[in-house]
Amino acid sequence: MGQWSYLAVMAFIVLGAGWLEVGLRTRVLRRWRRLLLSIVPVALVFALWDIYAIASGHWWFDEALITGIRLPGDLPIDEVVFFLVVPVAAILTLEAVRSATGLPVGDETQDAEGEGP
Amino acid sequence: MTYTQLAVLGVLLVVVWDLWIVRTRLLTRRLFWMAYPIIVFFQLLTNGVLTGFRIVRYSGEAIIGSSTPESSAPPAFGDGRILYAPVEDLMFGFALVVLSLTLWVFWGRRGIQREPMAGPPLPALVPMLARVGGRKPLAGDAQQ
Repeated sequence: MGQWSYLAVMAFIVLGAGWLEVGLRTRVLRRWRRLLLSIVPVALVFALWDIYAIASGHWWFDEALITGIRLPGDLPIDEVVFFLVVPVAAILTLEAVRSATGLPVGDETQDAEGEGP
Repeated sequence: MTYTQLAVLGVLLVVVWDLWIVRTRLLTRRLFWMAYPIIVFFQLLTNGVLTGFRIVRYSGEAIIGSSTPESSAPPAFGDGRILYAPVEDLMFGFALVVLSLTLWVFWGRRGIQREPMAGPPLPALVPMLARVGGRKPLAGDAQQ
């Protein structure tokens, strides 16, 4: 599969979870501001963990199986895609189960402690 | 710190975050524990590809098990691995997923795009969902 191997796995996740937006009407991508507010801080935190882990030699990558594009901190762009795609897929899954079951997840009413706007 | 230590710390931090800091209490919700096995299933599948084909390789110094071998796949099970991936990856994934989901719920509670709520599924999918254990949502479900 060559240099696209890592991103091919990411594409599988995008397709595997993306259909939920249509099939289960999750309305997650449509609420993109809330989505960005949720995933960008997470991607930053985990990018820092990744940079530390790479610098410490905890893990490394087969250079032939990733794009080869690296950000500062020696962070492969493939990993950044991972930290954006996986949280979106997780949120889509949560909302899909809500769609299918009607169970509450905690955001159904204004914050009981008055923290809402 | 080793990956093992960081992964355990990551799990502890997101539990404290969810239950006591932002108090989204997602970990106490039945819905979360229905969604999480689905997420873990796909994590094991995709991470199995990333680690089994050695796209990502690990140092034995950082994990419970041994280093990813130089010229062959790591064991699928045993030696601290589950479907080729170090068990630490399950903890890393838990921290990543719980942090993402709690932030999503947190912003919803703050009134950021709480609406439009999810559902109902496309009518064509409802019989399939009923078979896998779901039920057809009733009007008003999402409000409570």
